[in-house]
Amino acid sequence: MKLTINGDAKEIKDGVSLPELLVIENVEQPDMVSVQLNDEFVRQDEHKSVVLKEGDEINFLYFMGGGA
Amino acid sequence: MREFSDEELERYSRHIILQDVGIEGQEKIANAKVLVIGAGGLGSPVALYLAAAGVGEIGIVDGDVVDLSNLQRQVIHTTADVSVPKVLSAKAKMEAINPNIKVTVYQKFLDASNILDIVKGYDFVIDGTDNFSSKFLINDACILANVPYSHGGILRFGGQTMTIKPNESACYACVFDSPPPTNAIPTCSSAGILGAVAGMLGTIQAAEALKYIVGVGEPLYNRLLTFDAKTMNFRNVNFKKNPKCRVCGEHGITEIKDYEAVVCEAKL
Repeated sequence: MKLTINGDAKEIKDGVSLPELLVIENVEQPDMVSVQLNDEFVRQDEHKSVVLKEGDEINFLYFMGGGA
Repeated sequence: MREFSDEELERYSRHIILQDVGIEGQEKIANAKVLVIGAGGLGSPVALYLAAAGVGEIGIVDGDVVDLSNLQRQVIHTTADVSVPKVLSAKAKMEAINPNIKVTVYQKFLDASNILDIVKGYDFVIDGTDNFSSKFLINDACILANVPYSHGGILRFGGQTMTIKPNESACYACVFDSPPPTNAIPTCSSAGILGAVAGMLGTIQAAEALKYIVGVGEPLYNRLLTFDAKTMNFRNVNFKKNPKCRVCGEHGITEIKDYEAVVCEAKL
């Protein structure tokens, strides 16, 4: 299936769950990433229940705490 | 209304000839009060550009002194300033650039006991802090005090920023909810930061403040601008205010509280 991940079109096997996608995409700290699915944020405790489907748009937003 | 002197008219002439700024916009800048929290990597370029732009009153907050390891990126401080309080070093440079402005220094770190009183007196706030407890505290204070602000974060070669208009646009907690656990996320001191990246992000924050003051363009509301200086790819991620947000949602916060006061340290 085709997904858009962080703005890039990607081909990912059908039926992948959100935690599986985080592994496929080499997200280093899956519990530290803010996931947006089709414009809505997915709560950490809901990750497991999300199965992705054709055309989904996913953004991974990372904490950046620096400034000094 | 404020009458500009001939010196000021010449000094700000490149603003004034901008169609979207003009003399009216420059007057708004001269009448504005901006608080810069942190006189470090982000605060340095922000404070320099806001001072140069003629922001009438600039508050600058930092409880630290200049360290030799700051000078690779904190461009408002010089070698001669090592061991000098950052706010005093910053104030001297800002006034040297522009003697027409007023700089107020707060030589302290902000916490739940003092942040609201300070933030309330300003039109716009810049988050230039280096830890999540401060970033979330600033978000909470600006939401409660109804003061718009610019969030900024940098790490290694990357940066992120968004502008928040309390109760109208998404806040920092709409996107990131709450501070990550101690030690979970690398920091600039543990993982490094390319000095120029601090300048890139800080100047974006300064531009956002000036846009807001003048009332021109489209602020970074409801979107997070992220960039990676390695590839020089810039992206906007759009979102909406979260009605269930812990801070600004229907059942959001009503009082200010400190977050666990930790600067997250290394996990490389």
